[in-house]
Amino acid sequence: MATVDLQLHAIHKGFGTFKALDGVSLDVAAGELVCLLGPSGCGKTTLLRCIAGLERQDNGRILFSGRDVSLLPPQARDYGILFQSYALFPNLTVCQNIAYGLTALGREASRNRVAEMLDLVGLTGSEHKYPAQLSGGQQQRVALARALAPSPSLLLLDEPMSALDAQVREHLCIELRSLQRQLGITTLMVTHNQDEAMLMADRIAVMNQGRVEQYAAPQAIYDAPATPFVAEFVGQGNWLPYQRDGAHARVGGLSLRLAKPGHSEQGRLFCRPEAVLVNPVSEQDNLFSARMRDMTFLGNRCRLSFELDDLPGHALLAEMAPEAMPQLHGNQIRVALPPHSLQVFA
Amino acid sequence: MEQVMAMIRGAARQRPADRADRLFVQGGQWLMLALLLLAVLLPLLAMLWRGIFGDPSQGGGLAAAAELFGSANFRWLLGNSLKSALAVVLIVVPLAYGFAYALQRTCVPGKGVLRGISLLPLFAPSMLPGIALIYLFGNQGVLRDIFPDSIYGFWGVVLGQAIYTFPHALMVLLSALALADARLFDAASSMGASPWRAFRSITWPGSRQGVFAAGCLVFTLCITDFGVPVVVGGDYQVLALEAYKAVLGQQQFGRGALIGLFLLLPALLSFTVDLWLRRRQRDAMGGRAQAYVAKPHRRRDGAFMLLVLSVCAVLLGVFGMAVYSSLVKFWPYDLSLSLHNYAFSELPGGWLAYRNSLTLAIASAVFGSALIFTGSYLLEKTRQSPLTQTLRLLCFIPMAVPGLVLGLGYVFFFNLPNNPLNGLYGSLTLLVICTVAHFLTTAQMTAATALRQLDSEFEAAALSLKVPLFSHFLRVTLPMCLPALLDIVRYLFVSAMTTVSAVIFLYSPDSLVASVAVLNMDDAGNVGGAAAMSTLILLTSAGVSLLLAGASRGLLRRSQAWRGAANH
Repeated sequence: MATVDLQLHAIHKGFGTFKALDGVSLDVAAGELVCLLGPSGCGKTTLLRCIAGLERQDNGRILFSGRDVSLLPPQARDYGILFQSYALFPNLTVCQNIAYGLTALGREASRNRVAEMLDLVGLTGSEHKYPAQLSGGQQQRVALARALAPSPSLLLLDEPMSALDAQVREHLCIELRSLQRQLGITTLMVTHNQDEAMLMADRIAVMNQGRVEQYAAPQAIYDAPATPFVAEFVGQGNWLPYQRDGAHARVGGLSLRLAKPGHSEQGRLFCRPEAVLVNPVSEQDNLFSARMRDMTFLGNRCRLSFELDDLPGHALLAEMAPEAMPQLHGNQIRVALPPHSLQVFA
Repeated sequence: MEQVMAMIRGAARQRPADRADRLFVQGGQWLMLALLLLAVLLPLLAMLWRGIFGDPSQGGGLAAAAELFGSANFRWLLGNSLKSALAVVLIVVPLAYGFAYALQRTCVPGKGVLRGISLLPLFAPSMLPGIALIYLFGNQGVLRDIFPDSIYGFWGVVLGQAIYTFPHALMVLLSALALADARLFDAASSMGASPWRAFRSITWPGSRQGVFAAGCLVFTLCITDFGVPVVVGGDYQVLALEAYKAVLGQQQFGRGALIGLFLLLPALLSFTVDLWLRRRQRDAMGGRAQAYVAKPHRRRDGAFMLLVLSVCAVLLGVFGMAVYSSLVKFWPYDLSLSLHNYAFSELPGGWLAYRNSLTLAIASAVFGSALIFTGSYLLEKTRQSPLTQTLRLLCFIPMAVPGLVLGLGYVFFFNLPNNPLNGLYGSLTLLVICTVAHFLTTAQMTAATALRQLDSEFEAAALSLKVPLFSHFLRVTLPMCLPALLDIVRYLFVSAMTTVSAVIFLYSPDSLVASVAVLNMDDAGNVGGAAAMSTLILLTSAGVSLLLAGASRGLLRRSQAWRGAANH
């Protein structure tokens, strides 16, 4: 299947005084699946609609494999789109929905193509049902088949999982991802759900207030967030205000050793809850006594809320597997914040 | 597989869908603009011009305006208009509120039939209640002793207009009382609130805007109606009648224009206030609200049944009387039944008028609904621009313009000697245009409501699949909105059958319509003939309405397989 790479250059889009997109640039390689992740109102859907030609950007260029499509109407671009609502036409059968974009193909070819698509999404036998007679997951697959039927070289997905129950979501994410790999089609997916993004994306573009804050592989996003926003939006974290003191950071009355001290004189330290060690058996750097405030059992892990003795009133979190829970004697614990897990933000 | 791909790609490149779409959207919108300017805005401007800068010898101009509005006669007419219109509002709105409350919030039986009876006055011209009142309470009426001072005058006008405006008020109030959040009532009763307290704190605040709107609508309809006053007004003259007489009787076009402009004021005022109130009351019904369903309550249901039955009895009595009187040979001397009054062929224009009315109604319904529905689609489902904003505004104007005023505007605009469309004047075509323009807003709002219920991504999906917008409109939008479209067809048909106010100024002997024929027969003293023609209009519009309702129901049943989608 022919597929394209996608390039966005400094896309700007405003609605009145509101800047929906503030200079977004992005490169998507052919066959790659990229997720646009961000809170509602961050501009991710607007960006997708600009690429689709449903919204006209004020400024900037959009290239499909080097072909400038910035000013082309939607019909002249070459993509398929799956909407949040699926936008299946209720008065047409599954078969007619999938064949909707195939009118130029002729009867026979169109019928074959529909059969092929039904087979692809595993809905053979439902040709003559109406969308209302299908489950949410099946509707999603019909919408996907409809989008893919004219064999576009780019697939756009707008919050494809948000209308589905939590139970089927993960399963469908994996299914969609393997289908995308099988077809090798360049795909751009909008979501506000970090789990979906982590599960599916080759790369994630985290967006905030019309800008891309970080564009990297899922693991890099999680392990090395580029900005405080990314750190806060993806996963959970602890924040400690600090003043720099050589290779150390002073937090309240404490001194913490840092692996990468950074350059700014003060700022905030960031640390993932699962990086915090509670009552470690071996000797550790940055080991402090603390008082436990609360403990929550979350099934596959436990979450501990605590305060450092020298930093009272500042709640911090630690997470660990239940079997790794140390023996607790009263509320007094010792916690270590390993230097390599501490990230510095100005 | 590879071959198919190549074909698909080749086909995609050749398709000029984009240009066709632009023609459909841009062309359609500019066409709408042209039509709305011609059929709505320019006639109104022509009237304004004629009234303010017109020929003083025809009663126009500022000096004439000062004289007219300062005269004692004008004040008397205005006083009469206001008095009867206010009386009608005070009678109709409470009754209609009770009726609507009974249908929406109680368990009275037979709601469908009751609703059908209550809508009867919509199917006949406004003269019909007047005619029936004459047979009931007139000098030779069956119940003449009830109004010993004669029905002709204030009470005749008030009763006739009360019957004529009742269904209009009822429809507004039915929709105002249609939606109620059951959770609020549960909360109220759990806090020990009495039903009366719940009504005052939940039902009334939610529906008072509807009450105001209904009051304004009734008031405006009464102020601008001359069908009832011309039949039972007697010496009780009102402004609307004066405008009619000034233009048709005395050729005082300027004077007619001035009164027309004056009659525009109450409508514009109430329209503005209503719009303002509506904006404030938006979102009263949240998305998670649960629909309120009334539980049986014997005393309450009984009381409302009594009210509803009394209203229905009055309506049935009045309409039954009209039908009966049309079948009586020679009132009140020979009460044997015959079709003598239906022998319209002996009258000038008799059956021609009925045929013309049918043509007018069918043409208005067919062309009007096609234009209005397509136009609404082009407004609702395309990118918003200054042009679409202008079109929306223009579509709203007819709502605030009474038929009488619009008709006068048409006279002034299309009768201009140097208007190239002058040839239309007096033709049935102009009557169709005027009727569609007159009833545009309600039809357009029905279409817009139906269209807004469709997923806004449908068009985007069609575009991404490279399907031309026009064929998407025909294949998906139209089938989905067919029930609403049939509603618009019915509304336009019935309105065209019964309207008098606008067309009275525009007909010629060749394009005489039935409702105007009723007026002329009544004027000539042939009240039996007028009753017969009114009955014919009533039966035609009611029959067509039933037919369309049946078609709509059949359609819904056939498409049930996919209409369930709305619940998903």
